[in-house]
Amino acid sequence: MTALAENPLVQGLERLPVHPTALVIFGATGDLAHRKLLPALYNLAHEGALPERFELVGVSRSTYAHEEFRAIARESIARFSRTKPDPAVLDGLLADMRYIPGVFDDDSVYAELGRTLDELDDKAGYPLSRVFYLSTAPQFFPVIIGELGEAGLNRAKGGETRVVIEKPFGYDLASARKLNAQVLGVFDESQVFRIDHYLGKETVQNMMALRFANALFEPVWNRNYVDHVQITAAEDIGIEGRAGYYEGAGALRDLVQNHMLQLVALLTMEPPTAFEANRLRDEKLKVLEAIVPPAIENVPMMASRAQYGPGVQAGVAVRGYREEDGVAPESRTETYAALRLQISNWRWAGVPFYLRTGKRLARKVTEIEVQLKPVPHLAFQNQGSVGVQPNQIVITVQPDEGVSISLGAKIPGPRMRIRPVNMEFHYGTSFVSQSPEAYERLILDAMRGDATLFTRNDEIEALWGIIDPILTAWKEETASPIPQYPAGSQGPPEANALLQPGHSWRRL
Amino acid sequence: MSEDVWSERETSPDAVDAALREMLRARHTANHALVPARVLNLVVVVDRAWKGEIANRLERVGRYHASRTVLCAVEPGRTTIDARVVMSYDEPTGDGLGVILEQVEIDLGEMHLENLESVIDPIRAPEIPTMLWCPHGHAEAINSLLEIADVILLDSDDGPDPAIALARAAELLASVYVVDLAWLRTTPWRERLAASFDPPGRRELLLQICRLATRHQASSTASAALLAGWLASRLRWEPTPLSAHAHGELSGLAHAGDHDVAVQLDSSDQLVPGLTGVTVAVQEAWSLALDRGSGGLCAHRSSADGTETSWLVLGASRGEGGILGEGVRQALLRDPTYGPALSCARAFWGAEAATA
Repeated sequence: MTALAENPLVQGLERLPVHPTALVIFGATGDLAHRKLLPALYNLAHEGALPERFELVGVSRSTYAHEEFRAIARESIARFSRTKPDPAVLDGLLADMRYIPGVFDDDSVYAELGRTLDELDDKAGYPLSRVFYLSTAPQFFPVIIGELGEAGLNRAKGGETRVVIEKPFGYDLASARKLNAQVLGVFDESQVFRIDHYLGKETVQNMMALRFANALFEPVWNRNYVDHVQITAAEDIGIEGRAGYYEGAGALRDLVQNHMLQLVALLTMEPPTAFEANRLRDEKLKVLEAIVPPAIENVPMMASRAQYGPGVQAGVAVRGYREEDGVAPESRTETYAALRLQISNWRWAGVPFYLRTGKRLARKVTEIEVQLKPVPHLAFQNQGSVGVQPNQIVITVQPDEGVSISLGAKIPGPRMRIRPVNMEFHYGTSFVSQSPEAYERLILDAMRGDATLFTRNDEIEALWGIIDPILTAWKEETASPIPQYPAGSQGPPEANALLQPGHSWRRL
Repeated sequence: MSEDVWSERETSPDAVDAALREMLRARHTANHALVPARVLNLVVVVDRAWKGEIANRLERVGRYHASRTVLCAVEPGRTTIDARVVMSYDEPTGDGLGVILEQVEIDLGEMHLENLESVIDPIRAPEIPTMLWCPHGHAEAINSLLEIADVILLDSDDGPDPAIALARAAELLASVYVVDLAWLRTTPWRERLAASFDPPGRRELLLQICRLATRHQASSTASAALLAGWLASRLRWEPTPLSAHAHGELSGLAHAGDHDVAVQLDSSDQLVPGLTGVTVAVQEAWSLALDRGSGGLCAHRSSADGTETSWLVLGASRGEGGILGEGVRQALLRDPTYGPALSCARAFWGAEAATA
């Protein structure tokens, strides 16, 4: 009897099978596991999306017994799950959850982990795939990777072994390269899943559908029609007690290097020939490599930084960044970063791409505005109206995911007067399904071995390559004070200097 | 949840349409952040006496509400049309948007069914798909609305004779896309069977299956037959007519190339509609049984070497409200495997099966 190359039962199913898996979370008692990973796993279990055999092992420094860890996990899920937990499903998920306490550079932790994974294979009666999820502080990534290699856990007989690495992947270009070398010294690139949860968001994925499933946009998606692009990731909250992390990161590393440049790549890449991991990542890499990093001396002309000072947010007085607990009074960490980038290829040459992100701004919004060039000749009068404005295509990632296109329309009346109107599409009104949490999608993809929505090694280095000169310039520039902007405002006026004549930042 | 309500006795479709437009305009003017959902029209035609029960079922679909639901209650002898429009919404907080859902309830008579299209067409939200559900039959209504319906929702588990229900589904499928709740009840079972045979080392076992046994609630024979039909169509078995036995059991054979597959559909005393279990056995004494349990499906595997393994495949039951909600969601998707599965399921009752 011949073996079947394809599983004939899969066709037509929305949910593709996932190989039976043991998932090991390093940092299992940390904040990310607590708020996102454990609730995401519960939701996958609730939906019946986990593989038919699924085992979960937590590894962390805190000393807990298995039962104590299960109680912690139960509490995390009850608090943060998007679906109300079904007690029987939750009990089933937690029933045989294991916990291994220990520091990450202790060989005995990995020996114990190896024994546990072998035991789980025996229990299943066949080798489970193994996924190691590194949800720890980044300084432990190389330690854990090295230990997994030393313990021989980077390969498993009969099943796949994969490693998921949380952000930040590196601190700058040199550290990212070093970490890539360390990781790829132990695992093959096909085993490595560098996660940026933004890529798991439905709207971000839908940017590809918008561009490549509609003939409407592609003809104007180039330098001939696009005047400029603005990408905004504004937050109205401060650092929320995360001074320890934020002081060492800043806005540029926290959001621009990963999320915002990923948005740039998806917005500007050439159409991939297939929605398949390497085809997509090849196209993203090409466009990222076309963004010429600035020379250090040119950084002030294309990048701007600032910190939020005291101000008023939603009617309440709030502290400035330097007054936040855990922040040095003389801190030079930026809470606001704005860039003007150029993409040096035929499609985009000469089109400015403005990026800005900041904390304690007037409003929480993540959006992309593509502003088209004005019409070449206007036959209408402008008197008595705001007149004809260039068309704008605005893709909103949050809070209300959707797309809005501004058009010029005639104002009712005897005269030919034009004003802009919006044609809007909101996800919330157009689909009956609730979007899954980004982590649910990404955990499932990692277990399935689909790296399409994960960042490849060369891609991560290209991302850091764009940011690295700016980090260097800002680190070296210590003489002038960091500009301040009032909390709750539109951001620092200094960022206006990046804009070309006739351009302005969109109002938040 | 806030509501705006309009109603009129002895009204017309144009008046209902005008009321809908005016209510939307007024609500949007009052709050620009409130916008109507524009996903799907759901037209439901029911017996007047069961209107409340169907309305309750529609309430339980949760987040899978259609954008505009038109519930037509048919009352014998009625000659006029009464209508009530309810526009419901949650006022958005902060910068968010609020979504408006519209429900139109129409009381009409049997005399209106033959030309029901002329009543419904003006009331549909334009440019979005329309799904039709007639849980109490009303063949005249279906015939009238077939041209404007993009999808028909039905439940082959409804009705006393599964052969007739499956034949009706096949008849409708010839002219419109069909979402069958009986088919959706098999989804978790199909997913789990597909996953169980997905590892490359297990796939060849699919070619050696020699026995398929399903267990189902007494009224869900169509679901069981669709699951068997799905396996038959995917694995290219040729079903032969099943024989009926005591307690509603059905058994027979399907030809699978060089061997036969024993097929058995057994009813159980489960309360909720759908399957309660499935067992698949292969020639070399390997078998897998999945049975409904607390927190998911209880799996039990027997291997040729005598090893017995049991475990729980996690998953929460969707319940009947969830099944109906899933039916609404499926209106926007297309499943290419239903038609072949339906054809093979019908062949278990002697209908000629289209080759998968």
